[in-house]
Amino acid sequence: MSDIDKATVAKIARLSRIKIEEDRLEGLAGELSNIMGWIEQLNEVDTDNITPMASPVDTKLRWRADEVSDGDKRDAVLINAPQGEYGFFAVPKVIE
Amino acid sequence: MTYIIQGTRDDFEVVIGLEVHAQVTSKAKLFSGAATAFGAEPNTQVSLVDAAMPGMLPTINAECIRQGVRTGLALGAEINKFSVFDRKNYFYADLPQGYQISQFKHPIVGEGTITINKKDGTSKDIDVERIHLEQDAGKSMHDQHPQMTYVDLNRSGVALMEIVSKPDMASPEEAGLYVGKLRTILRYIGSCDGNMEQGSMRADVNVSVRRAGEPLGTRCEIKNVNSIRFVRQAIEIEARRQVDIIEDGGHIDQETRLFDPVKGETRSMRSKEEAHDYRYFPDPDLLPVEFDDDFIAAARESLPELPDAKHHRFVSDFGISDYNAGVLVAEKESSDFFEELIAALVDASGKKASAVAAKAANWVMGDLFGALNKAGKTLSDCPVSPAQGAELLGLIEDGTISGRTAKDVFEIMFETGDSAEKIVEEKGLKQVSDTGAIEKIIDDLLVANPAQVQQYRDGKVKMIGFFVGQVMKATGGQANPAIVNQLLKPKLDG
Repeated sequence: MSDIDKATVAKIARLSRIKIEEDRLEGLAGELSNIMGWIEQLNEVDTDNITPMASPVDTKLRWRADEVSDGDKRDAVLINAPQGEYGFFAVPKVIE
Repeated sequence: MTYIIQGTRDDFEVVIGLEVHAQVTSKAKLFSGAATAFGAEPNTQVSLVDAAMPGMLPTINAECIRQGVRTGLALGAEINKFSVFDRKNYFYADLPQGYQISQFKHPIVGEGTITINKKDGTSKDIDVERIHLEQDAGKSMHDQHPQMTYVDLNRSGVALMEIVSKPDMASPEEAGLYVGKLRTILRYIGSCDGNMEQGSMRADVNVSVRRAGEPLGTRCEIKNVNSIRFVRQAIEIEARRQVDIIEDGGHIDQETRLFDPVKGETRSMRSKEEAHDYRYFPDPDLLPVEFDDDFIAAARESLPELPDAKHHRFVSDFGISDYNAGVLVAEKESSDFFEELIAALVDASGKKASAVAAKAANWVMGDLFGALNKAGKTLSDCPVSPAQGAELLGLIEDGTISGRTAKDVFEIMFETGDSAEKIVEEKGLKQVSDTGAIEKIIDDLLVANPAQVQQYRDGKVKMIGFFVGQVMKATGGQANPAIVNQLLKPKLDG
């Protein structure tokens, strides 16, 4: 389980749209396997009947009232876009 | 009746499950304060949360939780007082976060039921597996520029309910009825406007086929079908495609497909295939959603009478037919109009609802819907109000006008918006129910037509029709036919 091979690294990279050169896959597979192995030590702890902790702080989710309090800031939204046209983000064509 | 697809050798059944995405009716988005209204200029209803700028924190809209709970209650479903938001990871240009905030392991609503009423008079319960809350993505436009796709994030972050059925449907008809019934319920309770043309409701359709009695086949998911008619068509076409492949000795690949109504085909969406590895994990920005029984009770208290209950009441209290009740409750506007009409008619005529409802239902579904259809209007812009309709029907009830005259009066009402009484008065359409006047006309006719009187008395009883016709002619069609018959017969009989 903790063994991550080159193909898995390539697949995760593809899913995350991170470009990784072929010659780096081997090294990353080793590093990621080590990390997974380290995390898997946690499996040695018996967690049966223990509710997963959602937050280390004892607090509840804050609910917001249904009011329009934001938006109308198109320039700010688009400012980091590599390309914007007619108020849209313009990206290389993605078509089904 | 079982829906069967005939292959060249075997008969096949189809198994259908639906995931309906319904936009939650709310002013602001699920996790930001940006507006949700339809049709705004691109990217004007986007907060920095929706645009996934670094460091932005989502905060949940209480109304979306309430509407999710109300929807669950309307489907008789189990409500989960503890639910968790997860990140569903995939890459697409209109998903700036790189993940959708959704609910995976712990949805807000568990199992419920939707009852569909089929054409053959039978009904069937379709089980709902779960409802969870999630964010909508932005909108991509591929046809505005030759090399670019334009992205509008106005929809990004709008709250959706994903309502997941079990694979309980066995025909295109059942799937269509399920979507229709769900839409009716959502519109009654106001948790979604059900507007499929604007994308407020759309369905992912899971279809598989099998030979009768065999285990479930491999399914394909047809994405984003946006009308009830297309749901039916997509199932027919996809089931046929799968049967043909199986009979040719091939096998079905589990995949995501797109329905093309113009070409009448479904085709593979290759780009979505590897995206099935969603790598869900709990969203660290959001704590679990928790509420108590009081919150659920208040949500339940806020529900109106639901379509099934209304249907039963229309049949049992009003005595209208099962079919008519079904048509009237299918749209909230129709059932509201009908109930207002009956209330006004009961007031005006002093009769019981059950005495006037059947005729009123026929009038709404015949004359009124007919006129609306012809004029391309709906009840929301109907020129005749329920009170005006009740006035017209009241005039028939008390014998002021005949049913035939009422149709003419209604046409004028529909065009001018005038009241029925005004039209009847101005056009002189009142039915003559004055027995003295009618008696005088009959007496004159008997004197003027001795030959016909003799024929009648010689046994040619059909001649009564001639005299009725003559009386109607003499009164310009306004004599009350019931009274004419009542007076004529004894006089002819001598």
